[in-house]
Amino acid sequence: MNAVAENIPMSREETAEALIRVRGLHKHFGTGERPVRAVEDVSFDIRPGEVLGLVGESGSGKSTIGRCVLRLLDPTRGEVHYGGQDLARLPPRALRPLRRELQIVFQDPYASLNPRLRIRDIIGEALDTHGLHRGEARAARIAELLSLVGLPVDYADRYPHEFSGGQRQRIGIARALAVEPRFIVADEPVAALDVSIQAQVLNLLQELRERLGLTMLFISHDLDVVEYLCDRVVVLYLGRVMEIAPAEALYRNPRHPYTEALLAASPRPDPDQVKARKPLQGEVPSPVNPPSGCVFRTRCPYVQDACASTVPRLKEVAPGHFKACLRDDVPLAAP
Amino acid sequence: MTVSTLQKTVARPAPQAEAATALLDVRGLRTEFRTDGGVVTPLLGVDFSVAPGETLALVGESGSGKSVTSLSIMGLLARPAGRIAAGSALFRTRDGASVDLARADDATLRRLRGRELAMIFQEPMTSLNPVLPVGEQIADAVRLHLGLDRQAALAHALRMLELVEIPAARQRLREYPHQMSGGMRQRVMIALALSCEPRLLIADEPTTALDVTIQAQILVLMRKLQHELGMGILFITHNLGVVAETAQRVAVMYAGRIVETGTVREVFKAPKHPYTRGLMECLPANAHRDERGQPVRLKAIPGQVAAPGRQPPGCAFAPRCAFAEPRCESAVPALAAVAPDHQSRCLRWSAL
Repeated sequence: MNAVAENIPMSREETAEALIRVRGLHKHFGTGERPVRAVEDVSFDIRPGEVLGLVGESGSGKSTIGRCVLRLLDPTRGEVHYGGQDLARLPPRALRPLRRELQIVFQDPYASLNPRLRIRDIIGEALDTHGLHRGEARAARIAELLSLVGLPVDYADRYPHEFSGGQRQRIGIARALAVEPRFIVADEPVAALDVSIQAQVLNLLQELRERLGLTMLFISHDLDVVEYLCDRVVVLYLGRVMEIAPAEALYRNPRHPYTEALLAASPRPDPDQVKARKPLQGEVPSPVNPPSGCVFRTRCPYVQDACASTVPRLKEVAPGHFKACLRDDVPLAAP
Repeated sequence: MTVSTLQKTVARPAPQAEAATALLDVRGLRTEFRTDGGVVTPLLGVDFSVAPGETLALVGESGSGKSVTSLSIMGLLARPAGRIAAGSALFRTRDGASVDLARADDATLRRLRGRELAMIFQEPMTSLNPVLPVGEQIADAVRLHLGLDRQAALAHALRMLELVEIPAARQRLREYPHQMSGGMRQRVMIALALSCEPRLLIADEPTTALDVTIQAQILVLMRKLQHELGMGILFITHNLGVVAETAQRVAVMYAGRIVETGTVREVFKAPKHPYTRGLMECLPANAHRDERGQPVRLKAIPGQVAAPGRQPPGCAFAPRCAFAEPRCESAVPALAAVAPDHQSRCLRWSAL
């Protein structure tokens, strides 16, 4: 039956078993005739031990996808396969034990920690909920987690307001790791941090990933951060996948006009690389009334008549490198 | 209109701002705030100047004092808590007079703001009036400062919206800020700020809330307008990429002081303060991967900036600095000239 099964980035060389398999994910907000089409027909795999980047601008659907994958939002349509089950269809009772394995780190380290709880209880709450490390083992586990994220053990007795943004984000990471998850969604975890602190937290994530073999969906609007941390990258625009590729291939050789424009728009901290650029014209259309055919066509410098009538499917343009664009001959300018 | 006539007469930015010809010359600016916990001093003595037609970027992280600097210059400190405790900010008006913005009374500042100096902020929604159509807001400003009648003021507002490349400007004139996207609102705020052709524009993180493709549009627009109108820009940002794109000179702030200043090229290519160098090195854009394709650790700057009032007696960066020596902790280093237009507040700059 699956209409979902038509637009899947399945590589000819695909062998590795996915930990998370997203198929034909749709999320519409609001009912009635004109819902907000936040996510439209998104499919991707996340392999064990992989950090998959989800990049896009405001309204691209990246945070919504992250929440649908964890079933913090109910998808309108589509499947999220994990451990032989479809998370999108599981009843809440069946979902609860799986919550331990699927965790999230939020963007705002000020809003995501309960100001009335001591750090001990913020982290301990996760342990208690899942009945882990009871009694004497609880304090030891909390101490272990604090040192894992690079915080002094005696911080357990303090309250969130005593900490800076970077320290709070470490606490948020410790809370997510407390229950030994197999998979973490990190939703803009460094966006609110100053660059010198951001570097500390990125190093921590990379270190945790190497030590614990974490699998992560890393959501960010920052192309440099995604290039640094992610193995593969999904580029989103107006709720749809534009391109999926290994990070290095995507940044060296973007194949979708939107990816090309996004990379060109990102300012480089190098006065010698400042080029006279022609920025992308116009703005992102409304997700209530997205353009027909390719949603990017209204801003695309390579647009043709056919783009208005056909929704481009993802096709493999190099091993593991997919793009959703009708034109095979673009981008024209070699990087 | 005036824009095109100005275009011909304005020279390209001077590479070096001399105090004598400077549009804005700030010396020893020190700002303090009274709080329940006593007096805090987020700005500890700042010196810089902006030449006509030049863009100076003020860059630094949270709490470095960059926004307090701009609010002090504009006379927009929250009162009575905030006040300028020392220093001067000499501004040269278009008729050649020199006004010390740090001491000017409210009436003088009101006359200057809009006409001589203007400011744009990160979040346009908080600076635009939500219950007035944007055309009226611009028209109000030009009626006040340029003495135009209502019809002429609205016509001027339309020209401004066209100047900032707002599509269907005539319709937009009657729209309210909430009907616009973030990028459009930022264009309106720029139109409002530039409507009386100020000589100095203070832009405080004007693209931080915008998506990168929209940020690129706004940066190109600002460059174009500066070229046409010849104004000086004090561009406040935390984003080093934006600095490289927009400014000729840069001043790096840390804990209430400028720690390094010079041309963007010199400061970016050969930083002579350990903090500047640390900022460059910890950027993911400057990161590498090892032969297995794994990301090599970023050279993060350890620790965090001390809260105002809890700073060490010497160099504020010393506790985080790999180059620190005992002498760094005894007194605040002075800005030392390391090249003709390049200064560093570091005793050990020659070791970098």
